[in-house]
Amino acid sequence: MAAPGAFLRRVAREWTRHARGIHDMRESVTPDSSQKRRTLLQFLSSYFHDIEVLREYLLRMEIHKMHWKNRPVSSIQEKYGPSIAGALFVLKQGGSVKFRDKEWIRPDGRGRFSSEFLEFQGVPVEAVDASGCAINYQGLDHLLPLKELRSLRLRRCPNVDDWCLGRLHPLAGSLQELSLAGCPRISERGLACLHHLQNLRRLDISDLPAVSHPGLTQILVEEMLPHCEVLGADWAQGLTLRREEQPRDTGSPVSA
Amino acid sequence: MFRRVLQLGLGPGRLTRGLGTRRGSFTLDWEAQVLEVKKKLRSILPGEPLELHDTSHLPPEHSDVVIVGGGILGLSVAFWLKKLEKKRDAIRVLVVEQDHTYSKASTGLSVGGIWQQFSLPENIQLSLFSINFLRNINEHLAVVDAPPVDLKFNPAGYLVLASEKDAASLENKVRVQRQEGAKICLMSAEQLQNKFPWINTEGVALASYGMEDEGWFDPWSLLHGLRRKVQSMGVLFCQGEVTREKAFLPSSTGDMKPRGVWVKMDNSLEYQPVECAVVINAAGAWSGQIAELAGIGNGPPGTLQGTKLPVEPRKRYVYLWHCPQGPGLEAPLVADTSGVYFRREGLGSNYLGGCSPTEEEEPDPANLEVDHDFFQKKVLPHLAQRVPAFETLKVHSAWAGYYDYNTFDQNGVVGPHPLVVNMYFATGFSGHGLQHAPGIGRAVAEMVLQGGFETINMSPFLFSRFYLGEKLQDYNIL
Repeated sequence: MAAPGAFLRRVAREWTRHARGIHDMRESVTPDSSQKRRTLLQFLSSYFHDIEVLREYLLRMEIHKMHWKNRPVSSIQEKYGPSIAGALFVLKQGGSVKFRDKEWIRPDGRGRFSSEFLEFQGVPVEAVDASGCAINYQGLDHLLPLKELRSLRLRRCPNVDDWCLGRLHPLAGSLQELSLAGCPRISERGLACLHHLQNLRRLDISDLPAVSHPGLTQILVEEMLPHCEVLGADWAQGLTLRREEQPRDTGSPVSA
Repeated sequence: MFRRVLQLGLGPGRLTRGLGTRRGSFTLDWEAQVLEVKKKLRSILPGEPLELHDTSHLPPEHSDVVIVGGGILGLSVAFWLKKLEKKRDAIRVLVVEQDHTYSKASTGLSVGGIWQQFSLPENIQLSLFSINFLRNINEHLAVVDAPPVDLKFNPAGYLVLASEKDAASLENKVRVQRQEGAKICLMSAEQLQNKFPWINTEGVALASYGMEDEGWFDPWSLLHGLRRKVQSMGVLFCQGEVTREKAFLPSSTGDMKPRGVWVKMDNSLEYQPVECAVVINAAGAWSGQIAELAGIGNGPPGTLQGTKLPVEPRKRYVYLWHCPQGPGLEAPLVADTSGVYFRREGLGSNYLGGCSPTEEEEPDPANLEVDHDFFQKKVLPHLAQRVPAFETLKVHSAWAGYYDYNTFDQNGVVGPHPLVVNMYFATGFSGHGLQHAPGIGRAVAEMVLQGGFETINMSPFLFSRFYLGEKLQDYNIL
């Protein structure tokens, strides 16, 4: 085979095109989908051990890539201090940072950002918007030293799960706004450990697909955090609506 | 010549007829003829001899390691043995489990808690290792094309309440825990009342609360995730028992090391001998019986030969009740001063809990029947006193499970027996085997493969402490 390196890259690209987080690498094998949506590699791996080993290797590479993105930036931390190190980490991942009394620093479409924040010695970070970034439990190491963080947005982060929420308690002194909308791996069990964040005033838990009963969860979270405004599912979301138009609807109007 | 060998091997009917006609004699001694044929084949074709009847339901005749017991500890040892082997498929592992539905196994019936609040540093390190394993479970147990393992972990924490007389020892314990890296905070009675207003803090002087990495999870998903991964790594499973009639193949050199295991197949009278180099006793509540069958404890009392494995089954009850005004979503796993514990279950105001009975009240472990009076007499008064909202609770259901209770010091046994050197133990953890399973599995695998403990030093947990009389006491057993 000519240029095995190019072949592997093409294979990896085709494989990772559909994957967003490491858990999309493994499609659940159900009877209906197995015939229709099998990729070439899946088909071959049921016949050849080598392809099976190749697929395991690709899976390990995806996991390794996620770890690499969340690796600690300790050298920066020693030189500039924890807030600048944290800000650099967020900007490299593709998120935005706001220092106190300064403007939001965002990377442009190509991932480049200005390095003016390296001069902000001693200025605390006030807000972090890591929406859509690949931040995970390890990556939160960089955010926890930001003792004056007021607002944290983790919308649609594919690797933020219940374990990460259990880790947020050091920010309890200052955190006032938290947004977790759209994170696919957060469930009501992780939301239970937000009770440490007693200064929280705004919490957004809408559109969490892994939460089994959104309306009930919202009520329980509101009871848990009495001073906080909880945005999320409406309590009536879990109820089916009885209207005259219902026979025309193909499915129930309740979202999953 | 090769084709003739193949014809010899592939045609049993032709073969025996050929033998009889060549020799010129016709005997009725079928068994002897079969044995002769097998011997001839074995000399011609090296490797697995040709079986003349169907043995696909039997385990293999040779295996490097046989793990007796397919619960969480046995599967964890199998996983780490395969993970730490130097080459792919270097070690053949067979797991013998008597009941693949796990109806009586302690793993499935467990409450599923995990915490780091122990007093022994080794136990704390085991918990920390296990929680790291569970956090990265989908990297460790990743199987291509299988859905990810969802442990349903609740990071709600573990709250230990202490009265006046236990307050000083609790403080010491928390200091040790913090030294090992666990994140535990101490709370006074007022702080406790502010944080959890539903607690009645009468009689509580101090409380320790884990902020992170403590809570409870679903042991079934861990068990099945491990089983799936371990099967994909090439470990063989077999549903069978190691029974009293025939248990171990005696050693050919006359010492105590068994040469192999007799496995009695499920629902049948068939026994299959499995020759092996190492036997791992991970049979949970039944490990004492397995050790006895290997000859451990057959000797004058007071000697090393006469020291039995002090693990026996003890029955523990778990009750599920409903209380609409009970503690909210933030309720941790609470362990009261009286020994009663409870935790939330799901979103619907359901709670799970129980209590360890005292030595005099130990129920009979012959069956798994539940005693509901135990709840009314021993558990409910303390529950209602600690959480006043629980006065109006209603019990939904209850079940009972076994602890593999170590009567010596309620801590586990790990590592080889000093005389039966190829039997390794991974049992006796008296109720915290599930939460330490990844760490224990790794320790035993390191002992088998490398001859010593590397990640966590579990040498205080060796068998010899029963003979030397050194108790390894941990004071936080639920």
